[in-house]
Amino acid sequence: MKILLAGTALSVLALAGAASAQESISACLITKTETNPFFVKMREGAEAKAAELGITLSSFAGTVDGDHESQVQAIETCIASGASGILIAASDTSAIVSSIQQARDAGLLVIALDTPLNPSDAADATFATDNFQAGLLIGQYAAAALGEEAADARIAMLNLGVNQPTVDVLRNQGFLTGFGIDVGDPNRWGDETDPRIVGQDVTAGNEEGGRTAMENILAANPDVNVVYTINEPSAAGAYEALRAVGRENEVLIVSVDGGCPGVQNVRDGVIAATSQQYPLQMAALGIEAIYQYAQDGTLPEPTEGKDFFDTGVALVAAEPVEGVESISVEEGLELCWG
Amino acid sequence: MSGSDNFEAVVRERRTEAVAEFQQDRTLLHRFQHALHVTPALVPMIVLAASILLFGVVIGGRFFSASSLTLILQQVQIVGIVAAAQTLVILTAGIDLSVGAITVLSSVVMGQFAFRYGLPTEVAILAGLTLGLLLGAMNGWLVAVMKLPPFIVTLGTWQIILAANYLYSRNETIRAQEIAAEAPLLQFFGRTFRIGADEAGRGGATFTYGVIFMILLVLLLAYALRHTAWGRHVYAVGDDPEAAQLSGVNVRRTLISVYALSGLICAFAGWALIGRIGSVSPTSGAELNIQSITAVVIGGISLFGGRGSILGALCGALIVGVFSLGLRLMGADAQWTFLFIGVLIIVAVAVDQWIRKVAA
Repeated sequence: MKILLAGTALSVLALAGAASAQESISACLITKTETNPFFVKMREGAEAKAAELGITLSSFAGTVDGDHESQVQAIETCIASGASGILIAASDTSAIVSSIQQARDAGLLVIALDTPLNPSDAADATFATDNFQAGLLIGQYAAAALGEEAADARIAMLNLGVNQPTVDVLRNQGFLTGFGIDVGDPNRWGDETDPRIVGQDVTAGNEEGGRTAMENILAANPDVNVVYTINEPSAAGAYEALRAVGRENEVLIVSVDGGCPGVQNVRDGVIAATSQQYPLQMAALGIEAIYQYAQDGTLPEPTEGKDFFDTGVALVAAEPVEGVESISVEEGLELCWG
Repeated sequence: MSGSDNFEAVVRERRTEAVAEFQQDRTLLHRFQHALHVTPALVPMIVLAASILLFGVVIGGRFFSASSLTLILQQVQIVGIVAAAQTLVILTAGIDLSVGAITVLSSVVMGQFAFRYGLPTEVAILAGLTLGLLLGAMNGWLVAVMKLPPFIVTLGTWQIILAANYLYSRNETIRAQEIAAEAPLLQFFGRTFRIGADEAGRGGATFTYGVIFMILLVLLLAYALRHTAWGRHVYAVGDDPEAAQLSGVNVRRTLISVYALSGLICAFAGWALIGRIGSVSPTSGAELNIQSITAVVIGGISLFGGRGSILGALCGALIVGVFSLGLRLMGADAQWTFLFIGVLIIVAVAVDQWIRKVAA
């Protein structure tokens, strides 16, 4: 008896679900965590755009960065709820692929946000920052700011991790290309032979890691004058290490991200220039693409010449240099996240 | 004081006399093993001295300089302070996985109380320290009164505290420049003094207040563990809680005091962390629990409780620091550091087992 009742209840629920799906378009946003300001901004962008287009949005997130299991459950929930599409910033870009395939088989549009999947064509489209371009801009900025001194610069490279994730490699190699240094194998950092690179270390992308890495490089090469950093927290850590030895005013620090504390650090002269990315834009464009797909089945097209949809990147610099386009700190602060 | 010294000397002499005839066939190795057994900090001290010497010979002046050697102290200060807290817990045969979370939440509370609520910096710091003490006491209560295994308790509180940290801070960083301008006391442990620096303030030995705090803390705890009733109770509880209870030790109170003190020390580590990185960042210190356990294990403290010296834990932290900086100065890939630390952990536990045989 109980089983029968439960079964009836379930089928009623399922019917209700199917009915509501036909009435209005719904979409899912799955991020790595709910705490990182980057993803908070992403969610804001998705919610605003969904409200504007009359889309029902469900948001999911892992508990920590790297929480793959929660993301798989979220995809399953989205398929079951009859959503038209999924926007996902994947924690495990390879392992998630089979779940993504299930969603696509069920007729959902899947867009990878911020982080390309592995392989990248596992999703219908990727909406992301061009991280190579982000690195390129700060590399060009550093070279232009140094002028003739760039020929005998002493560069410290503060990277993310020893496992060299894609974003780490792209930003690093972009910076070196922009600076005018031969990168060797573009798929990995650390194989360059240019003597201007005096040290490479890893920071885990936080302040403590940035400080320790900078100290390690300074111990071997006290005359460093350019510091590339993977993101703004590691740049803040590197600055502390330089300040401890009284060299903070002689060294040019460049970074990537565009978070509000980072842009404020550009204003205060801690960071010379940073490449800003736009999570709000990523999510808003993603929701629009799902709306289009639900209306007439149009698939989003990648940006010309790239295998993903470029959501834009801009250089924020307090002191612009000739030949490199940049926006002011005020503009950067208006667009920043976190 | 001199009376007790004499008394110990007599005991020592008698002991060697008394066992001398049984030891005639004992080899040098056995004597070494015995020496290690009575002085547990000896192994990590030897390893530390040897590794400094090794890197000094291989790398030369860049490593074997006052500035590089004191840099290692600065780099290990947070891990060193947290390892002191971890040592106390591990001596009671427990483990504290929540140390990193308590550290970072305390630092976040100090920062947010000062900036979000505009409280005086002293009050904010006091609030952070009190929070650490209370969180530690909660761990202790769950272990001692509810009789839950320490691993499970702190596995739970680790997650709870870390989640609370992210929720409360909204993962927002307070920048170093704002802290320096409005609440410089938060960066107290980052202040430095130099010995033998040149005119431009470069080179020479650099000590931060955080480093001094770490050394004083370890010395104070080493004294307390060795020479106070409380310290002997900590060892007794870790060695055999039932025997300790029967000999009149209040096991419950000792355990709670150990976890509470551990929490308080972690809160101080959180304060020192602000000095170290300049800013208040909720994403810092994520690996402190593993790093502190690593330091404690390499420092020769038995995970089974009741044996080891807190000086060993400090040496353990320093050994990791020496290897990290030394290998980086040699230009090795950062991955090698992790590999060597892994080897050191295994060797340390193997040596611990070998020394144990002397007791059997």
